[in-house]
Amino acid sequence: MMNKSFAATLNPATSLANKTGSWRTLRPINVFKLPPCNKQCPAGENIQQWLYFAGEGDYEHAWRVLTENNPLPACMGRVCYHTCESKCNRGFLDESVGINSVERFLGDYAIEHNLSFKKPTRETGKRVLIIGSGPAGLSAAYQLRRFGHTVHILEMAAEPGGMMRYGIPVYRLPRNILDAEIKRLTDMGITIECNHKVEDILKEKEEGHYDAVILGMGASISTNVDIPQGDTTHVLNALTVLGDIASHTDIEVGRRVAVYGGGNTAVDVARSLRRLGAEPIIVYRRNRDKMPANEEEMDGAIEEGIQVKWLSTITNAQKDSLKIEKMKLNDQGWPEPTGEYEDLPADAVVLAIGQNVDLSVCKKVEGLQTEKDAVTIDKETMQTTVAGIFAAGDMVPGTRTVTAAIGMGKHAARGVNAYLKGEVYKRAEKHEDAKFEDMHPWYYTDAPKTVRPQLELARRTQTFDEVQHGLTEENAIFEARRCLSCGNCMECDNCYGVCPDSAVIKLGPGKGYEFNYDYCKGCGVCAQECPCGHIKMVPEKI
Amino acid sequence: MLDAIKFYQTGSKTVGNRLLNPSMRSNQASESRPNTLISGHRACQGCGEALGARYAIDAAMRATNGQLMIANATGCLEVFSTPYPESAWRLPWIHSLFGNAAAVGSGLAVAARVRAKKAGNTNVPRVIAQGGDGGTTDIGFGPLSGMFERNDDVLYICYDNGAYMNTGVQRSSATPPAARTATTQLVGSEPGADWGKGKNVPLIAMAHGIPYVATASVADLRDLEYKVQKAMSYHGARYIQILVPCPLGWGCASSSTVTVARLAMETGFYPIFEAEYGKVTSVRKITQKQPVINFLKLQRRYAHLTGKKGDPKVLARIQAMCDENIKSFGLIGDEVPETVPVAIQALERNQTV
Repeated sequence: MMNKSFAATLNPATSLANKTGSWRTLRPINVFKLPPCNKQCPAGENIQQWLYFAGEGDYEHAWRVLTENNPLPACMGRVCYHTCESKCNRGFLDESVGINSVERFLGDYAIEHNLSFKKPTRETGKRVLIIGSGPAGLSAAYQLRRFGHTVHILEMAAEPGGMMRYGIPVYRLPRNILDAEIKRLTDMGITIECNHKVEDILKEKEEGHYDAVILGMGASISTNVDIPQGDTTHVLNALTVLGDIASHTDIEVGRRVAVYGGGNTAVDVARSLRRLGAEPIIVYRRNRDKMPANEEEMDGAIEEGIQVKWLSTITNAQKDSLKIEKMKLNDQGWPEPTGEYEDLPADAVVLAIGQNVDLSVCKKVEGLQTEKDAVTIDKETMQTTVAGIFAAGDMVPGTRTVTAAIGMGKHAARGVNAYLKGEVYKRAEKHEDAKFEDMHPWYYTDAPKTVRPQLELARRTQTFDEVQHGLTEENAIFEARRCLSCGNCMECDNCYGVCPDSAVIKLGPGKGYEFNYDYCKGCGVCAQECPCGHIKMVPEKI
Repeated sequence: MLDAIKFYQTGSKTVGNRLLNPSMRSNQASESRPNTLISGHRACQGCGEALGARYAIDAAMRATNGQLMIANATGCLEVFSTPYPESAWRLPWIHSLFGNAAAVGSGLAVAARVRAKKAGNTNVPRVIAQGGDGGTTDIGFGPLSGMFERNDDVLYICYDNGAYMNTGVQRSSATPPAARTATTQLVGSEPGADWGKGKNVPLIAMAHGIPYVATASVADLRDLEYKVQKAMSYHGARYIQILVPCPLGWGCASSSTVTVARLAMETGFYPIFEAEYGKVTSVRKITQKQPVINFLKLQRRYAHLTGKKGDPKVLARIQAMCDENIKSFGLIGDEVPETVPVAIQALERNQTV
């Protein structure tokens, strides 16, 4: 031991006796905020979390986090209109993260590596019947199966998938992908019975001893408008055309085909017909700004040479031509007739102006309330007005997209699960929003969005090959790493590094950080320098 | 030097990154960093000097494999780290007087060499002398120049917060013009610190022709660690000046320490560069150029410039000073300036800014 002179020599690190935490008036805490992508996702995916694992190259883990909310990532990576990307905070910085591309990469990765869903650890013995094997039905079946319930799906068509098989064109969703993802669900123990049209819901429920039913029949009737026509003109509806193309890959419609409508279905029909060698022309009563169709899909259609007749309605269909009335938009943006007419040569008309729900079977159930083109449900639990009967997908009010259907299916399944336990399902409360203002943009470098290579135009118009190609692994990792991790820790060590009092404890990989309140003086540098807004200063109780 | 690292997500600017190989992360990201200046010290909330000292000394510990000792000048750092009977240091550390840190450092370096020779040990401990800008640019300037001139094997680190903060924010020769301090009050036609006074010690150090001179900032940790490590790879006299904001003296929020330091870099107010043997060899480029007002408005010492009563001419003059720094140090663009930059005080005196 060193002989120390009084007050001239101090022992190292003796300052630890001085607990400077008592100086604090503000206390840093970790907060978990809701990233805008997660908030926007109609399927309720935890996008930020699966991008986190994808960015590490742990694709299986990423896929497992993804599939907690959505059992069909390879399909969704192709057909989802990815509204999440329009909300991405990175959009304020350079360009939003290509979430949809990464989702597709993960979906394809899972198919390629034969990843399967875990079977439930215990069987509850409860039986649930799902009518319709579209996205809503499959999503509900998957979630119910994860709870351990026995699930049986009845499908009226020859193969499962609903609109994903009979509505969405092959160039957007190759059927082998759909088959692979459905097979993964049946491998979990979900049974699907095709060619079985349900005529009496209660009878099916009783005979099969089901404890609950989820209706997911979708909107399978094309809306009709009355167009005066000569005998020789073809007037077809969009769902028949798409269904025929999906089943037979060919259809006789003529060369010049007018597609009437401005939604996604109209664009799907036009682009499918183009691939069959026809010259489709979209006739829509409003203009591009008011068009409900997805912008990217519409851009694709125009690139492929599909013509559009804006501000037009079809008033009369003759043998080789249509009589078209020009429209103008009023102040509210709705079309008004102008009284000006012109002729448009066309061999056929395909109506793509909307789809309706076949409510006839629902109306047979006593007490089951319906409204205009939908079944009345409790928005929280997805239960109809009849106890034990739930509904999801296109047949309940809301957005009619595959993604929305998957989200509704999930909630319906949770509603059923609670119902089977004698409880009432209540949706979890959401975290506070992670806004761009909470982020620290200086810490993020610019990295351009990886654009999915598109099939060359010439090839695209002639075949039903996929239009959008997936990302390579390198690109997917690049894209996933562009995620700003809004409102959630990404383990950048900034709080640990910038603390002047060494009062942040690093717990090790994957474990995050802890504040050492014995020494934290509450200066707030960690909160101000956190790139993702994960730290908040709250007043200390004194 | 950091161009090779592509993080995509967080840039090369965060302290660590889970996606990186641990050897490529900063020293401060390590769970086993030395924490040479440990918790319990009595620095104010958000102290830039405490942060800068830990960054620099931890990096030097890594570079010297723990064979390191420190001579500290009087000042905040000395006072808040060693109030009797406590010390926040975890390595050999000595304090003598306000003005003699460089001389004590020189002595330590020679003693270490002699002791190692006597013991037949080839591993000679290294020495860092450190102090604030008062102890460096004013009071300890003679011993510092002597240490440079003799090329003693000492790294001198100056933690520059632009005034005597410990004794109550009095002006030093590192106080920037127009800043309000206890001794440069808002009186007269040019309120705050005088124009055309002060000195640029990094350039003076370069004029000694010593092996290594650098400026750094607590807002760029990777650059700071790189410079300390590089300085330790040289023998002879070396000088690093680190900008360490003082929330108390500058009148900024305690949480803004790193932000203010960053704005000092990004506005060109505080050029970050390194020089070897009197010649500038690399410059930290501005990543997002900002007007100097963004730096000034966070600080109460400049409140008389940024408020409604602020004199736009003074503001323009400070902006011109930043622009001159950007030009002479080449803070924007790809080039490294060929000539030795002129101290900004020369331009002040010459009335060109």
